[in-house]
Amino acid sequence: MNRLLWPFAGFIVLVAFLAVGLTLKPSELPSPLIDKPAPNFSLPQLKSPENVFTSESMKGQVWLLNVWASWCAACLDEHPVISELANSGVVPIIGLNYKDVRSEAIAWLGRYGDSYTLSVSDTRGRVGIDFGVYGVPETFVIDKQGMIRHKHIGPVTQSAVRDTLLPLIRELQQ
Amino acid sequence: MKYWWFAILSLLIAMPASATTVDPEKRMFNIAQELRCLVCQNESIAASRAELAVDLRQQIRELIQAGRTDDEIRTYMVERYGDFVLYRPPMNATTVLLWFGPMLLFLLGLTILIMALRRRKARLVNTPLSAEDRKRAHALLAQTADSEKF
Repeated sequence: MNRLLWPFAGFIVLVAFLAVGLTLKPSELPSPLIDKPAPNFSLPQLKSPENVFTSESMKGQVWLLNVWASWCAACLDEHPVISELANSGVVPIIGLNYKDVRSEAIAWLGRYGDSYTLSVSDTRGRVGIDFGVYGVPETFVIDKQGMIRHKHIGPVTQSAVRDTLLPLIRELQQ
Repeated sequence: MKYWWFAILSLLIAMPASATTVDPEKRMFNIAQELRCLVCQNESIAASRAELAVDLRQQIRELIQAGRTDDEIRTYMVERYGDFVLYRPPMNATTVLLWFGPMLLFLLGLTILIMALRRRKARLVNTPLSAEDRKRAHALLAQTADSEKF
């Protein structure tokens, strides 16, 4: 009996490690940009490319940067949630249209609704690289000083808005 | 052995060539090989065909053209994607276990092995054969010797 105790204890430890491992999401990597200044960018607006949007114009307010594309299926999943949040008027949401074809992006917004404050075209994905985007959709919460405070990887869900995004946005807005 | 001076001479000639004119594509490849593709996490940026990897290879090319050093390019990637992009992660609080875990496990195994061996040695005391055992052993040996004859 005693002889089996140590192997059994080792087994339990192994099971504990594996159990914790199963709950981790290896596809969600911590961003090194959290609490760092958001990269500045100037990009043409999706619907009126002659107008350039600069991220500096958002200084002084809390805002969200939502990375989306018409080719991204998960973006469609989160679209109603993002739209509802945008329509509530709590926070301006800027869409970063990532590596997309302009006409297709506009058609997508036409079909599913456009509640973004505005969207900008990152056709070559350069700004995406600066923000460390590796999978669409991703959503960044940026504070009044232009610091990235939170990054949501993957589709934003109702519960993520309720439990994480809204409390954080309210706190940052004070 | 006569030609040793020739070998050294060739090396001397080759040395500055490799130091100054590294093919930028080769440099890009060397850097990309040590970077993890974040979309398909078990592939390097050099090997992956994911669109992000293609973009990042292009980005590395452009950074090389802009005259950045290899270290600067690696830092550029870490600033955006975190330590996770590096296949050789730096040592810090979160990676201590990663760096020393295998060594710890090895030491643990070694300790257990040494302890088990010592315990076994203690049990195997050198007891001389009793007269009875000796007789039995002789009998058994005689038996096998007999059976070999036939």
